[in-house]
Amino acid sequence: MKRVAVALLLLLASPVLADSNLPPAFWANRQLPNEKQERQAQALMAELRCLVCQGQSIADSDAELAGDMRDLVRRRIAAGEKPSAIRGWLVQRYGSWISYKPTDEPAAWPLWLAPLVFLLAGAWLVRHRIRLKVKG
Amino acid sequence: MSRGLRLIPIVLLLWLVAGLAWRLIKPADTAIPSQMVERQLPQFELPAAVSERPALASADLATGQPRLLNVFASWCVPCIGEAPVLGELQKRGVRIDAIAVRDTPDALGAFFAQHGNPYERIGADQQSEVQIALGSAGVPETFVIDGKGVIRRQYIGPLSRANIPGVLRELEQVR
Repeated sequence: MKRVAVALLLLLASPVLADSNLPPAFWANRQLPNEKQERQAQALMAELRCLVCQGQSIADSDAELAGDMRDLVRRRIAAGEKPSAIRGWLVQRYGSWISYKPTDEPAAWPLWLAPLVFLLAGAWLVRHRIRLKVKG
Repeated sequence: MSRGLRLIPIVLLLWLVAGLAWRLIKPADTAIPSQMVERQLPQFELPAAVSERPALASADLATGQPRLLNVFASWCVPCIGEAPVLGELQKRGVRIDAIAVRDTPDALGAFFAQHGNPYERIGADQQSEVQIALGSAGVPETFVIDGKGVIRRQYIGPLSRANIPGVLRELEQVR
């Protein structure tokens, strides 16, 4: 009986909403009137990582902070700032973590070298197989 | 193919499984530390968040005395848990300023009536602009600022009573 009562009370409980009661920022969900600028903003937003829903880009995320970051990106692009400068400004604050675009820092070197390693491994394998065939 | 080479896929598989198991047992830390620590505060000027406290600009944080800068919001649940700790710090003479993220004067007034107001100045950051400029990824966060306005330490998440001695020591050290 007690358990049922607790279960029913839980149904009544309202979830704790970790969202503010302010509306989204002006440019959070609004396109820039200039088509070229909007395309630049979209491309950049797809490459910036959301701090709340980590693993989503700010273009995909519904988090308020992501909305505020979209607003920031659009306002700066509308003001004539280059996407690379905006990315750099954010990397300066949050580290290269914030950007999905791989960096040229030493941490990313294995990533850049991987295709070369795979190509060499493939070449070695092919040579090995062909030699076997000729013999057989 | 030699016996050694044939073992490679199995070794790779074991390595993969071990990696997955490790991350399941010990999940990665999702906190994003600010890269602004040990750097000068970014320039900003925020309007007052409530009528009973003055507004907050970056210049107000470089007064020759170390201060705490608390990034919080009335809609943030962990901030409620942190409020008594900030109250205790203020009682011990720590000067605390705040940035209220995406908030309204009414909601802040209700929050302070319930949980106390330990702040000297409170700036209203309606679009998380200054929060982003600080490299802060959420609420609550607390920054230790030295007398020259340089960020010396960042606390991510709510401060607890256990943090009080450490915070007091750091404020003394950066004096």
